[in-house]
Order: sequence, then structure tokens, then C-alpha cells
Amino acid sequence: MRHNVYLYILGMWGVTYLIRVLPLTLIRREIANKTIRSFLFYVPYVTLAVMTFPAILSATQTPVSAALALVAGLAMAWFGLSLFQVSVLCCVVVFVVELLM
Amino acid sequence: MLTDRRKWFIKGLKDGVPIMLGYFAVSIALGIAAKNAGMTATQATVASALIMASAGQYIGFTLIAAGASLVEVIVMEAIANARYLLMSTALSQKVDPALPLRHRMLMGLWITDEIFGVSVSVKGRLNPYYNYGMAAVATPGWALGTLTGVVLGNVLPVRVVSALSVGLYGMFMSIFVPPARKNPVIAGLVIVSFALSWAFNALPWFEAISSGMKIIILTVSISLVAALAFPVDGKEDHHAA
Repeated sequence: MRHNVYLYILGMWGVTYLIRVLPLTLIRREIANKTIRSFLFYVPYVTLAVMTFPAILSATQTPVSAALALVAGLAMAWFGLSLFQVSVLCCVVVFVVELLM
Repeated sequence: MLTDRRKWFIKGLKDGVPIMLGYFAVSIALGIAAKNAGMTATQATVASALIMASAGQYIGFTLIAAGASLVEVIVMEAIANARYLLMSTALSQKVDPALPLRHRMLMGLWITDEIFGVSVSVKGRLNPYYNYGMAAVATPGWALGTLTGVVLGNVLPVRVVSALSVGLYGMFMSIFVPPARKNPVIAGLVIVSFALSWAFNALPWFEAISSGMKIIILTVSISLVAALAFPVDGKEDHHAA
């Protein structure tokens, strides 16, 4: 089976690419329906929030450091720090907390 | 026109840096998983450079190791990655309706959670060169992290990997928090999303559902209720999504 691995990789890539490219290539005009437009407006925020919590709590060595990074990240983003700053400072919070623990 | 492309590409390179760092950290774990599944460093790195999907790749590697058939792997891959259908649909409304097919086909290659999240957060129309810039730095991060995981996954200090792993979530927060501050409906949705996502993960009834499926079910149901209860009117949606 070992010699087939690249075939599997190709299959995984192919199906993932189709999923990613089909809506973008098939929907070529603005959707007029207000409900669908509103739905698509909310999708990014909801999906990012859903992916963040509670997954962040199991990303680090201990949920405590992740929880503190979560609170710090929410606060920093609220007060307008940039994407890069929030991202890096969250890492720093985890590193320092785990160093002290 | 040319300078516009250049400007967006460079901005993409810059905003791709935190994605690259986060990807590097997260994909180390993926590389370790690939090694445990019996894949070589080359196979794992090629897979990461092409596929760029964390959960999807984990599932794929696990199934390959278990000796699953090609069809089984493809079906599971489709389920794990189905959320990209939603993201791609949202992007179809974010780009210029006149955007040529070749750009749409190229953009599709790099619809990941992070590149999607950052690209929908730009004001107004999305220029594909922004995505290309991000992909140009994020893809090597993902592929090299995987390679590192296969080759020396057990040598890197755990604390460093642990700290870097949280960077991607920091990025997500900096995307959904500022609009939540301005728009109370979005703020409410974030709180509801956190609560329901927690419930879905904590309650035993939903154990059988894969994490990719949970994301889709929650995203579709919460966004749909929000769309019906708080329809967005006029031009507003161009600015954020």
C-alpha cells in the first residue's frame, strides 16, 4: 500500500480543491436574496467564533494558559491592537504563564 | 491597476506572517501524526503543501495508516472539509463579480480557515492578490512545519510549540472582535457561538459528530437564525463580508 500514498494524497487534494473552488467559480454574480446575503454576512464571524472556543483551551499544555490567552486576546482585539500584535501577544501570554506554572 | 495588485500582494505578505508562524507551530503536530501513520517526510510535506487543511489531513493520514480505501478517504475528506463550501460562497460575494475565472480558480487553492478569515475582513471588494500574498508566506509555513514535525517533532521544546499553537486563535479573535464592538448583533452572535460550540463539545450526545461537521452545523444554524432575525440591508455587507 505504501506505493499508493501519493494517489491518496492526490485524491485528498482533488476533493478538497473542488469543495474550495466550486462556489467561487459557479456563483459569478451578486446574490440578490436578502436572507442569503445576511446569512453570508454572518457566516465568517460565527464560524471563526465557533472554531476559537472551546478549541483554544486544548491547544496548549494546560487550559489555564490558553484561557488567559483567550481573555487577553479578546481584550487586545477589543482595544484595537493589530492582527499581528494580538496573535504574537497571545503566544507570549501562553509562554510566560507556562514558564511560571 | 498594476500598483494596486502590488500593494495588495505586499499587504498579503505582511498579514501572512502571523499565519505562517501559527501554521508552522500547528503543522508540527500534523507532521508527528504523519510520521506515526508511516508516511515519509516527503509524502507528508507534499500533502501539506497541496492540501493545507489541518483536520482534513489528520483524518486522511489516520485512514491511510488504517489501510482505508481511496474512496473512503475521499468521502471522509469531503466531510471534514465541507465548511470550505461556505467560505467559498462567502468569498464569491466578496470579490468583484467581473473577476476572471482564472483568479477564482487560483484563489480556491488557498481557502483555509485563516486566509479566509483575514481576507473577508478587508473593507470593500477583495483583491485576489491579497490572498496570493498571504498564501505565498503561509504555505511554506504549513509545509515546513509538517516537515519539521516528521523529522524532529520530539526534539523541539514542548513549551515553544504550545505557545505558538495559540497564535492562530489570536488571529481569529482580532478578526471577529472589532466588528463585534461596533455591531451588537455580531457581539451577541459571538457569545452564542461560544456557548453552543462549548455545549456541542461538552455534551455526550454529539460525541459521534466530527469536529468539521460540528463547525458546519453550528455555523449554518446560528447564521441562518441571525439572518432571519436580523437581516442586513443595503451596502453594509460589502464592508465586512
